[in-house]
Amino acid sequence: MSSIISISGVTKTYATGFKALKEINLDIERGEIFALLGPNGAGKTTLISIVCGIVNRSSGSVTVDGHDISRDYRAARSLIGLVPQELTIDAFETVWATVNYSRGLFGKPPNKDFVEKVLRDLSLWEKKDSKAITLSGGMKRRLMIAKALSHEPRVLFLDEPTAGVDVELRQDMWAMVRRLREDGVTIILTTHYIEEAEAMADRVGVINKGEIILVEGKAELMRKLGRKQMRLELRAPLAALPESLSRYALELSGDGNQLTYTYDNQSDRPGVASLIRDLETAGIQFRDLDTKNSSLEEIFVSLLRQEP
Amino acid sequence: MNLRAVWAIYRVEMARAFRTVLQSIISPVISTSLYFVVFGSAIGSRINEIDGIAYGAFIVPGLMMLSLLTQSISNASFAIYFPKFVGSIYELLSAPVSYLEIIIAYVGGAATKSIMLGLIILATAALFVPLRIEHPFWMIAFLVLTAVTFSLFGFIIGIWAKTFEQLQLVPLLIVTPLTFLGGSFYSIHMLPGIWKTITLFNPVVYLISGFRWSFYGKADVSVGVSLGMTLVFLAICIAIVAWIFKTGYRLRN
Repeated sequence: MSSIISISGVTKTYATGFKALKEINLDIERGEIFALLGPNGAGKTTLISIVCGIVNRSSGSVTVDGHDISRDYRAARSLIGLVPQELTIDAFETVWATVNYSRGLFGKPPNKDFVEKVLRDLSLWEKKDSKAITLSGGMKRRLMIAKALSHEPRVLFLDEPTAGVDVELRQDMWAMVRRLREDGVTIILTTHYIEEAEAMADRVGVINKGEIILVEGKAELMRKLGRKQMRLELRAPLAALPESLSRYALELSGDGNQLTYTYDNQSDRPGVASLIRDLETAGIQFRDLDTKNSSLEEIFVSLLRQEP
Repeated sequence: MNLRAVWAIYRVEMARAFRTVLQSIISPVISTSLYFVVFGSAIGSRINEIDGIAYGAFIVPGLMMLSLLTQSISNASFAIYFPKFVGSIYELLSAPVSYLEIIIAYVGGAATKSIMLGLIILATAALFVPLRIEHPFWMIAFLVLTAVTFSLFGFIIGIWAKTFEQLQLVPLLIVTPLTFLGGSFYSIHMLPGIWKTITLFNPVVYLISGFRWSFYGKADVSVGVSLGMTLVFLAICIAIVAWIFKTGYRLRN
């Protein structure tokens, strides 16, 4: 599968001397949902802004479906829809006018039926004659999405799409993203909510301090870097861990009622069975036991910690 | 050429004018009428004819220029500053539009509005004083050239400005004084000695003089010079805009 966006050697140094992007190489595959994760100030928005033509890069090159974003900017940009992080709309325009304006701006012929469908899909049809200023925050967010979809983009950038959005809208938005993917639209979302990436992404890229530190399929990432934890509820509180158990990475909770064992689930000998045997020998009885995989969030945090 | 984009932007700009009819059309008409009452009737009745033209009629081209300059600048500077201020400029920058198309749409919108306004002022003036236009072609030519030039100038200010205060600064501190001192209400021949020379450094003198010539066939400086100066300002503005777009100055940082 050929990549739809190809970023190579892109750097960005702002006039202030701040190096926002060090050297980014990244390929986005056609039709995938790609989540770009990173803490605030990592360079997510700068990277997106460069691809979309809002910020000039300092060096490197970017192509969108084979079109260079500088030499062939018309072809490149007309493929892209962008939903920025901030709610920035001309407050005095009506919903209908502003969405049709966006479509015109991207050079598409008027198509009332299509714009109506976009507005209906986003539950904005009833508000089509309202001015943007009268809409609630969630509605404004939908309007920004409607504007981005108005010109039938093949690539959609969602910059922090669910920041400050209620649960219902978040669910709607995820459903919409999946629908778009079924239509073959490539989706790149940035987020610092890991659950979002976990729920939706096919692949995950982690960016920190202007560098891509990892790009991996979500499933592989979770398998590779995932840790497993086993928690044991004890029958009687334990004052301290007995000497015989010191070879295990065990953690005793403050009240002495809970033991947590963290292990690598890729290992051939995770040590679960021997731990249980040794507990019995030590006369420690437990009421209940559960195990869980570490979440993407935990993986993410541990990745960032490894960074110098 | 992405004509659909040009049209989309132009339409939004015109829609804003009609949405704010009071501010963009009625208020200049009222202020022009006030100028007529004060300068034309109250003071004008005590002033003799200038160059054989009744004072009330003499000030009409100057008044039109006054509004044309200030409105072209404020329309164009606001049109590009506002999206920058609220952040909605991201959409323009990410759209498949060239700089030329952006300029045509925004400057075209601003110039159209100020030309309409100039014509409304002309119609208002016709109610107060007898008018004649000896060179209608040149009248329209000066009107359009000035509107386009100063809309470009306004566009530059809108891109340069980082605050609303800066947005108002240039019109308030430079353009308005130059216009008032540029012979809107008098002929520069009426100035004493040295001031006659100094005033020739005021670019607005050439605009008003040429414009007045198209009405009454009388000018302070020769028409060729007026036209030449107007074209020079236009060229300067185009050069600055070209530089802004080449470097991405304050747009694509």
